[in-house]
Amino acid sequence: MNLHEYQAKQLFAEYGLPVSRSVTAESAEDAAAAVDRLGGERWVAKVQVHAGGRGKAGGVKMVQSKAEAKAFADRWLGQNLVTFQTDAGGQPVRKILIEECVDIESELYLGAVIDRASRRIVFMASRAGGVDIEKVARETPNEILRVTIDPLTGARAFQGRDLAFRLGLEGDQVKQFSKIFLALARLFQDLDLSLLEINPLVITNEGDLHCLDAKINIDGNALFRQPRLREMHDPSQDDEREAQAARWQLSYVALDGNIGCMVNGAGLAMGTMDIVQLHGGSPANFLDVGGSATAERVSEAFKIILSDDNVSAVLVNIFGGIVRCDLIADGIIEAVREVGVTQPVVVRLEGNSAAIGRQALAASGLSIIAASSLQDAARKVVQAAGGAS
Amino acid sequence: MSILINADTRVICQGVTGSQGSFHTGQAIAYGTRVVGGVTPGKGGQTHLGLPVFDTVREAVTRTGAEVTSIYVPAPFCLDSILEAADAGIKLIVCITEGIPTLDMLLAKARCDQIGARLIGPNCPGVITPGESKIGIMPGDIHLPGKVGIISRSGTLTYEAVQQTTDHGFGQSSCVGIGGDPIPGSSFIDILALFEQDPATEAIVMIGEIGGSAEEEAAAFIADRVSKPVVAYIAGVTAPPGKRMGHAGAIISGGKGTAAEKFAALEAAGVNTVRSLADIGAELSRATGWKSTLTGDK
Repeated sequence: MNLHEYQAKQLFAEYGLPVSRSVTAESAEDAAAAVDRLGGERWVAKVQVHAGGRGKAGGVKMVQSKAEAKAFADRWLGQNLVTFQTDAGGQPVRKILIEECVDIESELYLGAVIDRASRRIVFMASRAGGVDIEKVARETPNEILRVTIDPLTGARAFQGRDLAFRLGLEGDQVKQFSKIFLALARLFQDLDLSLLEINPLVITNEGDLHCLDAKINIDGNALFRQPRLREMHDPSQDDEREAQAARWQLSYVALDGNIGCMVNGAGLAMGTMDIVQLHGGSPANFLDVGGSATAERVSEAFKIILSDDNVSAVLVNIFGGIVRCDLIADGIIEAVREVGVTQPVVVRLEGNSAAIGRQALAASGLSIIAASSLQDAARKVVQAAGGAS
Repeated sequence: MSILINADTRVICQGVTGSQGSFHTGQAIAYGTRVVGGVTPGKGGQTHLGLPVFDTVREAVTRTGAEVTSIYVPAPFCLDSILEAADAGIKLIVCITEGIPTLDMLLAKARCDQIGARLIGPNCPGVITPGESKIGIMPGDIHLPGKVGIISRSGTLTYEAVQQTTDHGFGQSSCVGIGGDPIPGSSFIDILALFEQDPATEAIVMIGEIGGSAEEEAAAFIADRVSKPVVAYIAGVTAPPGKRMGHAGAIISGGKGTAAEKFAALEAAGVNTVRSLADIGAELSRATGWKSTLTGDK
């Protein structure tokens, strides 16, 4: 689960991290009032969306008057921001963060993530902070310094000092950096994060370290023990159909094709999409109905798949492990009747009680096309959808 | 021979009185697995599924000589269950539960490594040695005792590979689902090493998916240390790149993780790859020269 920058900064402040004074605005009037409240002569206005690349897309601007703050709010509130990290539709802007301006001497990068390969939380820091950090990582990876956190000891002060000295920090900055490092490590652990990023972490004209941006990603599996973070969730940033699917514990991702897919298991769902494409078809979605595909959920899955107007045929691929295929077949029959599916539906059932399930489908009187194997299913659904593209 | 478990392996179940633990332990017993007891704190002394129930894993180990545990407890309590099993001297911990917080797994894995306990899972179908012992949620009847070792990150994809090796008449020596979580207890490499040493395993099927770099690491290991034929499939060629937040994920993976890169790494290591998951059985036949018993077009 993602948080907005303003939420992340609020958490940062609670952990004693140096962030700018700021106010969030939901209207142009709010934006003008925010400027008054903060005082000073220059402010930074930033749209709040769940995506990076905001600056390059025009979603971050320095404003020097109330009128400019209002104009920025008018420009963005209620609109969508499209960045290289969003889809073509972009993310809706509901809030704008207005914060005090900081004079920047130089920009560092500091991030932390769970590294699958080393099975550790890894902190990464670089002298080359700013927007092009991915380019740095690709082209000059040795400019990204790393520190690995042992889960049995947690982060230690020496590791923060080590990073600070390697970054070339001096004097009080070393102490400041160590403090930031330890606070971030504590925050990562306490709040069950999966990603944390400050880009840039700046050195101000006064020589102090300051967190100019804040990105936080929370481990969805840990939300049961993070009730406060659960409350911070902003549903406006979610894809509507994906959110609807999630309510039924279905995992759905929309794609551009015309063949709807309903599969049990994420791996098999991806494998099914791949085989559809190999046969010249184009999958309309990824949909995992999960291990216990009940009639009700199969029915909801059909509704979600068919809410996409591009879908001209549906492939149901179920490998019944513990789940009995005859029960799944009943679910499919019920769903096709109830939802009123008019598109051709190709069904491949394999595993537990598959033969009985196939018989039930054949006897249903519905226009369900039975497939004898995965390959056969892919061939048939591509044909039903109008042939290979 | 087989890997990890056989007909003599003594198994307990943590969470045996819960609905999942009950159902799948019942299935395991029906399959012939030597289940010797269960653990549910507070229910010690009871009998469930004809098995003695103990309050603690330590007591279960002392009283039954259990060597392996299967964990079905709910996700919030799994870290504690894994640590309890490791602390009690269990050498193989198979954790089926899905949805465990990643930070819990970092700790569980570090502690298991320190103690020398092998952890499989979480979020996995489990381990089976066909005809001998089944620990997990896989359907027993699609398996056939035989000569192919199967390793997979995905549950239902494992079943596909099992079904095909059964249909072709090759059978399986053992099948291990390592699970799809970011931090699995055992990696492809851990299990590949076991299959390489197992005389009953004559060929290996490896099923990966997009994300992380476990398949690339496995490819390097295979090139170096595996002499048996390996057939590999990677799911997710058509999967869309997920919406990302920030750059840290991209930086850490160093551009690894797509299906194309995984296929390339495996092919460079001399692995026989298939682009269609329906071709696993046929490719095995081609790579080994084994004659398939399969008739007709499947």
